[in-house]
Amino acid sequence: MLGLNKKDSKFLLIVIALTVCTPILLQPFPEGSGLAQFNAGYPDLMQRFAIYGIFAIGFNILFGLTGYLSFGHAAFLGVGSYSVVWMYKLLDYNVIWGLPLAIITSGLFALAIGYVSLRRSGIYFSILTLAFAQMSFNVAYSVLTPLTNGETGLQVYTSDKQILLGANEPNSPHLFGLVMNQSAKLNVGDWVFTFNIGYYFCAVIAILAFYLSLRIFRSPFGLMLKAVKCNQQRMNYTGLNSRPYTLAAFVISGMYAGLAGGLLASMDPLAGAERMQWTASGEVVLMTILGGTGTLMGPVLGAGFIKYFENIFSKINETVLHSWFSWLPDGMEDAIVWVLHFFVGKGWHLTLGMLFMLIVIFLPGGLVDGASRIREWYKNRKGGGAASSETSTTPAE
Amino acid sequence: MDAILLQILNGLDKGSAYALIALGLTLIFGTLGVVNFAHGALFMIGSFCAVTLQKILNISSITIDETQKDFLGNPLKVKTPYVEAWFGEVTGQAIINWSVPLAILFAIPIMLLVGFVMERGLIKHFYKRPHADQILVTFGLAIVLQEIIKAMYGANPIPTPAPDVFRGSLDFGVLLGFDPNAVIYPYWRLIYFAFSTVVIAAVFSFLQFTTFGMVVRAGMADRETVGLLGINIDKRFTFMFGVAAAVAGLAGVMYTPINSPNYHMGMDFLVLSFVVVVVGGMGSLPGAVLAGFMLGILESFASMNEIKSIIPGIDQIIIYLVAIVILMTRPRGLMGRKGVMEE
Repeated sequence: MLGLNKKDSKFLLIVIALTVCTPILLQPFPEGSGLAQFNAGYPDLMQRFAIYGIFAIGFNILFGLTGYLSFGHAAFLGVGSYSVVWMYKLLDYNVIWGLPLAIITSGLFALAIGYVSLRRSGIYFSILTLAFAQMSFNVAYSVLTPLTNGETGLQVYTSDKQILLGANEPNSPHLFGLVMNQSAKLNVGDWVFTFNIGYYFCAVIAILAFYLSLRIFRSPFGLMLKAVKCNQQRMNYTGLNSRPYTLAAFVISGMYAGLAGGLLASMDPLAGAERMQWTASGEVVLMTILGGTGTLMGPVLGAGFIKYFENIFSKINETVLHSWFSWLPDGMEDAIVWVLHFFVGKGWHLTLGMLFMLIVIFLPGGLVDGASRIREWYKNRKGGGAASSETSTTPAE
Repeated sequence: MDAILLQILNGLDKGSAYALIALGLTLIFGTLGVVNFAHGALFMIGSFCAVTLQKILNISSITIDETQKDFLGNPLKVKTPYVEAWFGEVTGQAIINWSVPLAILFAIPIMLLVGFVMERGLIKHFYKRPHADQILVTFGLAIVLQEIIKAMYGANPIPTPAPDVFRGSLDFGVLLGFDPNAVIYPYWRLIYFAFSTVVIAAVFSFLQFTTFGMVVRAGMADRETVGLLGINIDKRFTFMFGVAAAVAGLAGVMYTPINSPNYHMGMDFLVLSFVVVVVGGMGSLPGAVLAGFMLGILESFASMNEIKSIIPGIDQIIIYLVAIVILMTRPRGLMGRKGVMEE
C-alpha cells in the first residue's frame, strides 16, 4: 500500500487508527470521578500531542538518522509561527496561506543555517546550531521588533489589513470555514468525548508527516543517512560526498519544525519569541530521546508522554496529594506529601529532568527500546521457561 | 578615548565570568574528555552558596521588647542575629556585611564535594559513551540541579549585596588624567576582575609548577602512557573535576553582587561559555581565558550607541557571530591544539 511493504502498511494503519480514536482513548475515566483529572481528551492538549509529534518526527529525521545533535531547532518553530501569523495579518484567517509559507520560510532558513553548521560535526555542530538559534531569538526579541513585535509577541489586531477577509468569515483561524477551535461533544453515559476540528486538522497533517518520515526511513536516502551516523569517515573515503545528504536531512527536519510552528499558530493565533529560545530546542531533544532515537514511533510517544505529564503533573498540588494519601497515618501522610510535592505541580521539570537522566543512563534507546526489551524478556521467559525450570533449584516446601 | 576605556572596563567583569566558567569547562574537557552541559549549574550553585551563607549568618533569635511598641501597638519583636550575639555587635555586623567574600571559604569545600560526587557518581560512567550522550546526561543534570535550587530558594532573584566598603564607584578616569566622571567604574567589578585574575593565575601555576599539575598535564597529553607508568590518573582527573567545579563556583559566588542570583542564571551563562570555549579552542586553557575576556570586551563594545546606530542589534548577536566566523575559518579555535576534537 502506498509504496510500503505489508508490515509497514499495517503499522501505518495502526497509527492512523490510534490517531483517529485519540479523543476516545485519552478519555478513559468518566466525568466527575476522582480519576477524571488524568483524562487528556481535551482539544488543547490533543492538538499539542499532534503538533509536537510532528516536531519530534522531524527532529528525529536529523538526529535519529544522521546522529547530528542540533540544539537549535526551536528557531524553525518560531519562524513557522511568525509566517503563519503574518499571513493572518496580511490576508485572512484561512490557514491554507500560512502553512505552506511556514514550510518554505523555515526550509530556506534551515538551508542557510545548515549550510554553515554542517561544515562541522559532533559538539561543534551542536554549538553552532545553538549559536544560530540564540542569535535568531535575540534578534527577534530586539531589532526585528517591527517584524516580530518583540516581547509582546505577534498577533492580529483589528487595524490589520486582512485583504482577503470576507464579510461573514470566522474571526479565528479556520480552513475554508472549518473553524479550528470548534468542537463537537459526545455524551456517552458519564463519559464526555470532545471531537475538535483543530485536532483532526493537526492529526491529518501529522499522519502525512509520519508517512513521509516512514518513506524516508525506508528509502535509499534514509539508508545513506544511517550510514552517515554509522561511520561518516568511511563513507567519505569511498568517494561519496555526504554533505548534500546531511544538508537535505537538516532542511527536511527544519521544514517539519516550521510546519509544527505554523500549526501552533493555527491553533492559537499568536507567535512569541520565546518559542525560539534554546530551552524549546532542548524540549524536542528530550522528547526524541525519551521516546527512542532513530525509531519511527519513539519521538511521537516521547512528545505525547512529555506533554501529557506536563499537563497532568502540573495540575497535581498539595491538596490533591493529601486527598490521595489520607488513608495513611497523619505523620506519614505529611512526610510523603512533603517529599512528593517537590515533584509535582511547579516541580514537574524536576521529575522530567530526573526521568530524562535515568533514560539516558539506563535506557539509551528510550521508551521504545524499553518496550522491546520487556517483550524479549517475556518471550525468553515463556520460551525458555521449560528449560530453565529443570536447571534451577526449587526451594524446599 | 575615555569611551573606549570605559567599554574595555565594562567588558572586563563579564569577560572574567566567561573566562572562569570557560576555564573550568576546558579543564574538564581537556582532562576527562567530557562535554559538561551542567557547568552553568555549577556556577549557579556557587552563587547560591553565597545566598545560603548570607541566610545562615542572618539566623536570628527573636526577643520581645516590652518597652517598645510596633505600629500595631503590640510589643516590638527584636531580631538579633546569633552572630551578633556571639561576636559582639560590631564584629557580628561586619561578618554579616562581608558575607559574600566569606562565602568563598564556604563555597570551596562545597563545590569540591559537588564536583567529586558528580564525577564519581555520574560522569565516570560516561567516558566511553559518545559525546552526544554526555551532552544529554549533563543537560538532564543541569535541569535537575536548577529545579532543586528553584524548589529550595524560589524563582525570584535574591539580592546579595557586596560589603559596604565596596558599594561606591571609582572615578577611574581621573587617575589617567581624563575629566572627572568620564570613566566611572564600580569597586566591586574591579574586585571581581582582580579576583578572577588571581583564580586564573592560581589554576595555571598549580598546573605549571606542582608535581601534581605536571602529572595532570601529562595525562591531558597522553592519558594512556601516564597510566602505563603506574600513576593513578583517574584519581587526579577526578580532583581536577572538583577544581573545575570550584572555579565555576567561585565565579558564581563573587558574581552575586553584580547580578542577583536566580535559578536560571547558570543556563544563561552556559550557552555563552560554550561559545567561548569553542572560540578559544576546545582543550586549550589559555585559549579559554583569552576568548572569555575578548568576547566580554567585544560584547560591551557592541553595546555602544555609536556602533548600535550603524548596525542595529549587533550587541545581541556579536558573540555568536564571532563564534560562527571563527568556527568557519579556524575550526580549531583561536589556540586549539592540533588533533583535539577537530571534527
